[in-house]
Amino acid sequence: MSATGYLLLILCMGVVTYLPRMLPLVTFSRRKLPPWFVEWLELIPPAILSALIAPTLFTQAAPRLFVLGKIELLAALPTLAFALKTRSLAGTVVVGMLCYWGLHYLV
Amino acid sequence: MAQTFDCVKEGMKAAWPICLGYFPIGLSLGVLAQKGGLLPWQVGLMSIVVYAGGSQFIAVAMIGSGASIPAIVTTTFMVNLRHMLMSSALAVHFPGVSRRFLALFAYGLTDESFAVNMVRFNRGDWERQSALTLNQATNFTWFVSTVAGVYVGQFIPSGALGIDYALTGMFICLLVFQLRGPVFVATALMAAFCSVVAYLWLPGNAYVIVASTVAATAGFMLKRSLRHRGGRP
Repeated sequence: MSATGYLLLILCMGVVTYLPRMLPLVTFSRRKLPPWFVEWLELIPPAILSALIAPTLFTQAAPRLFVLGKIELLAALPTLAFALKTRSLAGTVVVGMLCYWGLHYLV
Repeated sequence: MAQTFDCVKEGMKAAWPICLGYFPIGLSLGVLAQKGGLLPWQVGLMSIVVYAGGSQFIAVAMIGSGASIPAIVTTTFMVNLRHMLMSSALAVHFPGVSRRFLALFAYGLTDESFAVNMVRFNRGDWERQSALTLNQATNFTWFVSTVAGVYVGQFIPSGALGIDYALTGMFICLLVFQLRGPVFVATALMAAFCSVVAYLWLPGNAYVIVASTVAATAGFMLKRSLRHRGGRP
């Protein structure tokens, strides 16, 4: 790819990434949202987080298959327990990393 | 002035788990990009202008296989559509804030910064300057690590210290922070189920949008029906 082509590519990629990040924020912070929409939006964060995590724990990529018993899943159990008990973000990250690392050598 | 300084400090403090997770991912992107024939400035420019991990990986692979610009741009758009949901959800925390600030803040919206900022805003101890600082600090880490990857990535052993699990660990904890009642737990379980099913059946990463939309809607209806029955939501 030529330098000009690359710059054009980066510019277009930047635009299509930035607009979905910016437009809803700028629009909806000015307008009063209907209460039902606010209630629905409140449920979006737990839904998105869970949706982002689940395939890491339960599937493999290329080809996409359901897998039970991945190291990621096994490490998630103590990590989840630690998070529920302590509610410490830093601690959970460290515990998660150590469990994952340790399981790599055990399994 | 002193208050702004405190906000910046708080933002930096909250940013470190994200930075820790970004670093190895950024390095590996740099390594892949270098193998695909990209130069350090090209990788750095992409990290600054686009700043979206998943789509950068895809773009690097597509460039390597000679894909056309429209194909790469369309894919990028689809991959990042989920940020619309996050951007909408964040808006309630910025009533009447200047457009300029929001336009700047939106640039740093990623899965990770969204999750941390959302939790802190909900907890009520979060200034928007701290949120902006967090976005900038994580973007800076991403930029540095992707460029560094082009130079040094091949010397870093993969899987060192379980660092590949840093972001998953962080997401698990942030999810726990978001579980503020039975309806939230039900929504999260529903999202996990839908996400796995959608991941297996749909191409790309549409699974995030599909699963979170379906689960939030199901959770919303559950909340409504509980309220109609006089139960507590």
